[in-house]
Amino acid sequence: MLSDFGQVLIFMIISIGFVAIAVISGKIVGPRFASKGKDSTYECGEDTVGDTWVRFNFRYYVVALIFIIFDVEIVFLFPWAVVFKEMGLLAFIEMTIFLFILIVGFIYAYAKGDLYWDKPQPIVPKLDRQIFKSEI
Amino acid sequence: MPDWSIDIIITLIKIVVVELVLLTGVAYTVYAERRVSAFIQHRYGPNRVGYQGLLQPLADVFKLIMKEDIVPERANKFVHSLAPAISLFVALSTFAVIPFGDKILIAGKEIKLQIADVNIGVLYILALLSLGVYGITLSGWSSNSKYSLLGGLRSSAQMISYELSMGLAVLGLILINSSFRLDTIVMNQYGWKWNIILQPIGFITFLVASFAETNRTPFDLPEAEQELVGGYHTEYSSTKFALFFMAEYAAVIVSSAIITTLYLGGWQFPYLQTFGLPDMAVSIIQVLTFCGKTAFMVFFFIWVRWTIPRFRYDQLMNIGWKVMLPAALTNLILTAIVITIIKLNS
Repeated sequence: MLSDFGQVLIFMIISIGFVAIAVISGKIVGPRFASKGKDSTYECGEDTVGDTWVRFNFRYYVVALIFIIFDVEIVFLFPWAVVFKEMGLLAFIEMTIFLFILIVGFIYAYAKGDLYWDKPQPIVPKLDRQIFKSEI
Repeated sequence: MPDWSIDIIITLIKIVVVELVLLTGVAYTVYAERRVSAFIQHRYGPNRVGYQGLLQPLADVFKLIMKEDIVPERANKFVHSLAPAISLFVALSTFAVIPFGDKILIAGKEIKLQIADVNIGVLYILALLSLGVYGITLSGWSSNSKYSLLGGLRSSAQMISYELSMGLAVLGLILINSSFRLDTIVMNQYGWKWNIILQPIGFITFLVASFAETNRTPFDLPEAEQELVGGYHTEYSSTKFALFFMAEYAAVIVSSAIITTLYLGGWQFPYLQTFGLPDMAVSIIQVLTFCGKTAFMVFFFIWVRWTIPRFRYDQLMNIGWKVMLPAALTNLILTAIVITIIKLNS
């Protein structure tokens, strides 16, 4: 008799089988005509400028950090949620304290501006005249 | 034949049937999206291949397989091939724990209409949904293209932001049901006791987070055409592109199935037992109910995509952190308070 996760494993193996068939069939059936222009990195028809590993906004990093904090807290909430009905008032009070600390942390991150994301400020070009104005 | 080998054969048959139905569903969701978008925009859409274009998905698959598989010269070749495979694998595997019907009696053998009734079904789903971010991030990183890199970055930040609200929204359900088992959650939704009625805030939070997790409009920033060409799949072609495409639609179907299971009553057809139908008919109606609800949610995904414009990135992050997260937390605390009050009064 298979255990539940044994069945999940078989399901995953068959999924991998389907995916592998798709990848391999594409490799076998598809043509291959290599050329320098075709294999170059796409950048709207231009030659690529500089390195691909450009520096990016550090806010992605901050978001990842805040995510880890909250995700760990949610992991603590899951076992609490399962036994909540049996535990009664004590569990409720304890978790209220826990959530209170969590929310204080959230408000702190909010007030520090860590959740602030720059609004795009497009530079609108100033024109001498209206282009679409009729000149007649 | 020994008993255990019959069990294994039944499991294998179930798995192959479910996978084939899922993959066919993916193909026809693509077709449905093209037809529905055409309908919404007053066009015809694909209607030439077969009756009403019903063979179009097959034609698409053959076209994509016959195309050349281009790997850019400076890409990391192994990861470049691995990334789409991860995406599709994750989207397909999530279906392993979703119950699509109650038990069915065939030749005196009771067969459960669910691949695996694991006791931590909800956690399994959340875990696999968070694995989905790897496919997109790795594809963005390995393509060695600036567009792909930015698409991958955006997608990872977006997915982790909305994952929090998703987890918190589900917590409300677990408070009510005291179980991670999806079967129990569906069983508790008999009659009209659907969780959408008990947990309206949680439902909306979960729905919006699902849209963000599947990278669908209005959250399709990772592949915003006007800014990033194709986003994370700019450098993909042939079957690898097809895998990403299938992964997106498989994710839509699986998300719809999850929403159906958690909030819309799963395979429960209200008051079906009172009609006095034979057992077989009841089972079939339940499976059809599940398929119907899932199909409606898939339609909803398509409908939203062709109705609502895309968010700006700062709007997306603001909604994720400053609206969704507090809403999900409020929902959790309110649920806990209500359950405590009910318990104290009884």
